[in-house]
Amino acid sequence: MVIQDTATEMEIWEWLKEVPDPEIPVLSIVDLGIVRGVQCAAQRGVTKIIITPTYSGCPAMVVIGEEIRSTMKRHGIEDLVLETALSPAWTTDWMSEAAKERLRAYGVAPPSRLVNIVGLSTEVTAGSIDSEGLVECPQCGSARTEMVSRYGSTACKALYKCKSCLEPFDAFKSH
Amino acid sequence: MQNKKSLFEYVLRLGDSCLILSQRLGEWCGHGPILEEDIALTNFALDLLGHARFWLSYAAELEGVGRDEDQLAFLRDSGEFRNLLLVEQENGDFAETIARQFYFDTWHLAMLEKLRGSNDEKVRAIAEKAAKEVRYHLQRSTDWVVRLGDGTAESKRRMQSAIDLLWTYTGEMLEMDAIDQEMLDCGIGVDLSVIREGWMEHVGKVFDEATLTTPAATWMQRGGKQGIHTERLGYILSEMQTMQRSYPGLEW
Repeated sequence: MVIQDTATEMEIWEWLKEVPDPEIPVLSIVDLGIVRGVQCAAQRGVTKIIITPTYSGCPAMVVIGEEIRSTMKRHGIEDLVLETALSPAWTTDWMSEAAKERLRAYGVAPPSRLVNIVGLSTEVTAGSIDSEGLVECPQCGSARTEMVSRYGSTACKALYKCKSCLEPFDAFKSH
Repeated sequence: MQNKKSLFEYVLRLGDSCLILSQRLGEWCGHGPILEEDIALTNFALDLLGHARFWLSYAAELEGVGRDEDQLAFLRDSGEFRNLLLVEQENGDFAETIARQFYFDTWHLAMLEKLRGSNDEKVRAIAEKAAKEVRYHLQRSTDWVVRLGDGTAESKRRMQSAIDLLWTYTGEMLEMDAIDQEMLDCGIGVDLSVIREGWMEHVGKVFDEATLTTPAATWMQRGGKQGIHTERLGYILSEMQTMQRSYPGLEW
C-alpha cells in the first residue's frame, strides 16, 4: 500500500492513465485531455485533481469521477478533491498523436487539427462549417469519405461512410 | 457584492432558458423525422442541459441559501422560472421546432460571444465552453431554415407559417430591463441593443436566402424574464418535475 504523502504528482498522473474513457475505452482520460491538473498532498495537504468536460452535457463525467476516485483509492489515496474547470475550454487539439493512432486502430477516425473552426463568430451562413478537414477511413485509409451525420453515437463523434470500402464508421469530431 | 442578487437573476435566466429548451427538445427523442435528426435534436438537448447545469450551479452558489442545481430545476414553480417565453412554446411540427431553435440559437450564440468578455470569471468560463457547441446549433438550424424555406411548396408554406407564428416571442430577448441594464453597467452583462442588431441581420439574411418573408413588426409578448409565463410552461414542469415531487430526494 502506498502511503498518501509519498505519492508524487508524477505517480498520480501515471495512475490516472489507468482510467479509461467509459465510451472509448482505448483512450485514457489523460489521452483525451480531460485531466487538467494534479496537486499532490505534499503541496496542499490534500490531493486535488482538476478535470474538464469534453462536451458540456457529456453524461460520462459522473462515471469518470467515480473511476478516478476508485483508482486513487486503489493506490492509497482516500482524501481526494475533484475539481471541474471549464476554462480553457476542452479541445481535441489536446489529444496526443499516440492516442490518435490508438483511436484509428480501434476503428474511429481521429480528429484533425483545428484550422477553420477556431475563430468563433456569429458569421454563420448555410453550409459554412461543413468541412472539418480530411477524414480518412480507419478501415482502409481512403480519403474518399462522406459525412452521413454530424451527430453520432456520442456527443464527440460524427457518423461517416467510406466511398472506397463502403464501410460506415465513427469519426471523432474536431472540436 | 451589491449586484449579487441581480447577477443571480441574470444567471438564472440563462440557465432556465437552456433547461426548458432542453426539455422541449428531449420530447423529440424517438420521434425525429429521420434517425440522424432524432440524434441531432437529442444531442442539442444534452448540450443545453449541460449549459443549464453550469448556469444553475452558479446561480445556486450566488443565491447562497443552500439550494443546489437540482433543487432549482425540480422544486420551483412556474412563477419562479426566468426562461424566455420562446423556449417554452410547443414543438409543433418540425418547422416550428426549427424556427424556435433558429431564433434562439441566433440570440444564444451572440450572447455567449459577448459574455466571453464579461468581467465575471465564471460567466466568462461558461460562455467560452458553451459557445463552442452553440456554434454548431446555429449552423444546423440555419441550414434547416434554408432547406425547408427554399424547398418544396409544402415545406416552404410550413416554414413560413412557423416563423410567423413564433415571431411574437422574439421581442423580449432583445430588449433590456432593469436587471439587464444593471449587469451591463457593472461590466458583467450584454448590451441587448447590440445583440438585436446582429440578430436582425442574421435572421434577415437567412430568410432571404431561404426565400422566406421576414415577419412584419408586431406586438411582442414579454414576461418570461420576470416570471410571467404562458400556460405551456406548467405542463413542461409537471412532466419534468414529477419524479422529484413524488419521491423527494430520489436519486438514480
